[in-house]
Amino acid sequence: MSETPSECRYLATHEWARLEEDGTVTIGITDHAQNALGDVVYVELPEEGQQVGSGEEAGVVESVKAASDIYAPVTGAVVAINAALEDEPEKVNQDPYGEGWFFKVEPADPGELEDLLDADAYQEVCDAEEH
Amino acid sequence: MTRQTPLHAEHVAAGGKMVDFAGWSMPVNYGSQIEEHQAVRGGAGMFDVSHMTIIDVDGAGAEAYLRRLVANDVAKLKVNGALYGALLNERGGVLDDLIVYRLENGYRCVVNASTRDKVLGWFARHAAPDAQFAEQDLAMIAVQGPDAVAIASEVMGEALAEIKPFAALAAGDALIGRTGYTGEDGVEVMLPGDTAVTLWRRLAAAGVAPAGLGARDTLRLEAGLNLYGQDLDEDTSPLASNIGWTIAWEPVDRDFIGRAAIEPARGQNEEKLTGLLLQDKGVLRHGQVVTTPFGNGIITSGTFSPTMGSSIALARVPRAAKGDCQVDIRGKLKEARIVKPPFVRNGKILVE
Repeated sequence: MSETPSECRYLATHEWARLEEDGTVTIGITDHAQNALGDVVYVELPEEGQQVGSGEEAGVVESVKAASDIYAPVTGAVVAINAALEDEPEKVNQDPYGEGWFFKVEPADPGELEDLLDADAYQEVCDAEEH
Repeated sequence: MTRQTPLHAEHVAAGGKMVDFAGWSMPVNYGSQIEEHQAVRGGAGMFDVSHMTIIDVDGAGAEAYLRRLVANDVAKLKVNGALYGALLNERGGVLDDLIVYRLENGYRCVVNASTRDKVLGWFARHAAPDAQFAEQDLAMIAVQGPDAVAIASEVMGEALAEIKPFAALAAGDALIGRTGYTGEDGVEVMLPGDTAVTLWRRLAAAGVAPAGLGARDTLRLEAGLNLYGQDLDEDTSPLASNIGWTIAWEPVDRDFIGRAAIEPARGQNEEKLTGLLLQDKGVLRHGQVVTTPFGNGIITSGTFSPTMGSSIALARVPRAAKGDCQVDIRGKLKEARIVKPPFVRNGKILVE
C-alpha cells in the first residue's frame, strides 16, 4: 500500500505538489511512482530560473528499468532544485515526499493547485492501475 | 492468459512484483533489483527460469540434425558436455541463441521463452526422419554467485563443484548444468515442477536470495552476454553480434543452415557488437544513436550497472570504431567510451 499524504496535491502522472509556508511549491514523484519504477539511479532536473508550465515536461527520472518524464504540476519559475539527487538518487526511493523532492517553483497562480487531484482522487488513480 | 511456472506461488509469497514476460507471469524483482544483483555478485541468488523452452532431440539422426541446425558443432560434445550456439536462418540472421547439452541418449536444447513457437516451427520445418524432438515440461532454477555451487551442493546432496564449467550432471530426474547468465559461477537445474518447489524452498532456507528478471538483465549485461531480440535478431549476422566465436567453421564440409550466407563475410564483417561506458551521468538505453569518428552505431542494450555505479551498454558500431564516442540521450550528446565486454566477471570489474 503506497503512502499518499493529504497535504499534497497530485497529477495522474504521479507527481506530487506541496504548497509551502513561504508560498513556493515543492514537487516530487509519489511513493506509488518510486515503487513502480524501482531503484532510481539518475534524475535530470530543470535549471534554477527556468520557467515550467503546468502539465509540461520538466525533467526525467531514470530507474534501472526505464526512463520516465517528470511533468510540472503548476506553472512558474524554478527557484530551487534538489542537487543532492545527483549523487544520491536513491533518496527518491527512500523518502519520496521528503529528502527525495525534485524542485521548487514560485507559482504564477497558486490557484492552479486547486485543479490538481487531492489525495483520495489520486489514490483512486493508483488503485485503478493495480487492478 | 499468461502462463505460470510451478514456482509462481513462491514468488508471490516472497513479494515478487509479477510482470508479463513472453506470455509468462514472472517476477521482475522482489523489492530492490540492485540488492538482488549484489546478492548474486557477492553471495548467491536464484532465478526461476522455468519459462525457458527445453527441447530434447533424440534418435539415430539426432546429431546430424543438430549439426545442420546449430552453427556451433554438437559433434564436439561428449556425454554431459554443453555448448552455446546460434540457430541461423538461410540469410545468416540469428533465429535464436541456445545451449545444447549432450545427454546419455540424445541432446537437450534450451532456447528462449520469447522464441518458443518460432523455434518449434523451425525444428519441425527441418525435420529428419531419424531424429525426434519433443518439448519438455520441466522447471528450471538458476543458482548463481560465488557461493552458489557450495550451497547448492549442500542442499542437493551432490558434489556440484566436480562438474566442469559448461558441463552437466544427470542426477535422478534432474539435469544440473554448470552454466548461467550472470558472469558468476553457478548451476542451472532442470527438474520436474513439484520437486522444483521443494528445491526452491530449501535453497531459500539456506540463504539463497530470490532474484528477478530485472537483476538477471543487469547481471547478464555486465557480463557482456547477449539478449535475444535486443543484441541478436533475425536480420543481423552473428559476426556482427560478438558471437562469431560460437561458429564452428571446421569441418569445412558441414553445411549448417546460414553458413553460405555468412561465410563470405568471415573476418571482414562491417560492424561489431561491443561495449560502451558512459562517462557522463545518465543511463544508456536500447535504441540510442552512437556517434564515432568511424561512423554511427546504435545501442542494442543499455542499463545502469550496479557493480560499477555508472551506465554501460552493448552497441553495434562500425568495425574499426574504438576509443571515445558520443551517445544521443534525449537530444543531448553525452561522452562515452568503447570498451571490449565483459564489464564484470566473477565479482571483478574488468574495464577502466
